[in-house]
Amino acid sequence: MSWHLLSVSQLAKALEAKEVSSTELASHFLSRIQAGARWNAFLDINPELTIAQAASADQIRATGQAGKLTGIPLAHKDVFVTRGWKSTAASKMLLNYQSPFDAAIVERLGIPSTQNPGGAGMVCLGKANMDEFAMGSSNENSAFGAVLNPWNPECVAGGSSGGSAAAVAAGLAPIATGTDTGGSIRQPAALCGLTGIKPSYGRVSRYGMIAYASSLDQAGPIGKTAEDCALLLSAMSFHDPRDSTSLADSGEDYGRYLNATWDMGAVAAKPLSGLRIGLPVEFFAEGLASDVAQSVREAAAQLQALGATLVEVTLPKTKLSIPVYYVLAPAEASSNLSRFDGVRYGHRASEYRDLSDMYKKSRTEGFGAEVKRRILIGSYVLSHGYYDAYYLQAQRIRRIIAADFQTAFSSCDVILGPVTPDVAWKLGEKSQDPLQMYLADIYTLSTNLAGLPAMSVPCGFSRNLPIGMQLIGNYFSEARLLQVAHQFQQATDWHLRQPSEVL
Amino acid sequence: MKLDDVQRIAHLSRLELSQAEAELVLPQLQAIFSLVEEMQAVDTSQYAPLAHPILFLRDLAQPLRPDQVTETNNRAQNMESAPAQQNGYFLVPRVIE
Repeated sequence: MSWHLLSVSQLAKALEAKEVSSTELASHFLSRIQAGARWNAFLDINPELTIAQAASADQIRATGQAGKLTGIPLAHKDVFVTRGWKSTAASKMLLNYQSPFDAAIVERLGIPSTQNPGGAGMVCLGKANMDEFAMGSSNENSAFGAVLNPWNPECVAGGSSGGSAAAVAAGLAPIATGTDTGGSIRQPAALCGLTGIKPSYGRVSRYGMIAYASSLDQAGPIGKTAEDCALLLSAMSFHDPRDSTSLADSGEDYGRYLNATWDMGAVAAKPLSGLRIGLPVEFFAEGLASDVAQSVREAAAQLQALGATLVEVTLPKTKLSIPVYYVLAPAEASSNLSRFDGVRYGHRASEYRDLSDMYKKSRTEGFGAEVKRRILIGSYVLSHGYYDAYYLQAQRIRRIIAADFQTAFSSCDVILGPVTPDVAWKLGEKSQDPLQMYLADIYTLSTNLAGLPAMSVPCGFSRNLPIGMQLIGNYFSEARLLQVAHQFQQATDWHLRQPSEVL
Repeated sequence: MKLDDVQRIAHLSRLELSQAEAELVLPQLQAIFSLVEEMQAVDTSQYAPLAHPILFLRDLAQPLRPDQVTETNNRAQNMESAPAQQNGYFLVPRVIE
């Protein structure tokens, strides 16, 4: 049976109808992971533990205790620490690290127990490849090799959650977790033809998520459909006192509007009647590939056909979001990554003169080139004499960027634009030129700076590669974003297409 | 930014760069900072720095909790990934002669 072609909600129905057991599903995906090793989507699997979790899920179902997601397999980005699987953040630094605990969302999505009564009962398939410490947009910065795009193995899968996206696109997992600091859920989702959502900052606990830039990092799902993303996000979003930025009002059913009309009283043929969609002029300016622009505009027309009205909005500081992000994120990273000193865990150099030399050699050997580059940038902008001009100036512009979004949202409900300036590029094409790679993040960075929810939804193909549209909502409007995406997916079939090798 | 700056920030970052590595990374950093310089053209005198996105919406009080022991002793597990240890302590090179 081709279980890997089905969505999570379809698999949940099959489990409920006893057409398949969780153990059978886990075995099916584990064998696909082994057969699909060439995508390099996974960094660690532990089949014995996966099957044991699946058996527990079957047990829970047999006693009538199953929830919506009980027994559904998923892949976790390797940025989340896990007991039983390696937790490396795709860095040599953490090659031999054994986490003594599970990240908050790993626990919450996992098998329930007396210590974990809130567990959703999902089954972990393994740990997905990523850019080292989530720094990158192509997954070429993984210390364990690049991830290949299932639509074209010569192309990048995107990053930093490239392993998560490739795993779902190649049918190795029905859904996966990711994290998004500057686009790391939305961009690989777009380049792999998937649906992904980065919720508002504070929705999902960062406890046990290996930190990159703490004021920007946020976790979310990458799946085949908006409905699946709503299911997983509802399960992974809750208030967690162990994360001081976790919002008190985080738990909600993000799928509650999926099949509703935007306004009460709208007719079924025009479910999005009343929805105002803002198209930022800066998102369709120079630098956007014409075929990507065309697909996104056709998606806007499709949403219009569903009843939405289109308005022009402006986000004047869009271009500046790149330098602002590449000051703030490295600054936070240089601080967060100072914990890797070769003392308590992580790589320690085999030869050194003294303590200071041990720090330097351990860090120099353990970190890859992009991580070092960002630490250097961060140390520079935080150093004496540069702090005001770079770091504080970036934080002030960050406030302007957040305010500009509020101005835009005074005339629209949802903002629509591209996720990326182009489709997936060739492996190696940009890896020698970090600035070129940074410039490609232009449409995704500003939502992280403002802390807004945003998603990527498949909306076309060009050059045999998928194109994603981005939907950006105001704070805490995830359920509404998912509603728009779901209604779009009821009227289109871009999200149903799968790479030929998967079928 | 000059080569000296690269070596200075490498030291601040506790990283070692060979001369060849510093020469490779210098133009990359220069290219990035030429973009960063574009920020200077913005008049931000009316805007306070924003350190955390939720602070844009509302003030956040630091969450407090009762001062109670919540963690159990996991010493053995926590020491499992230590690169060097002795008698349950992390082992580091001698710091004080």
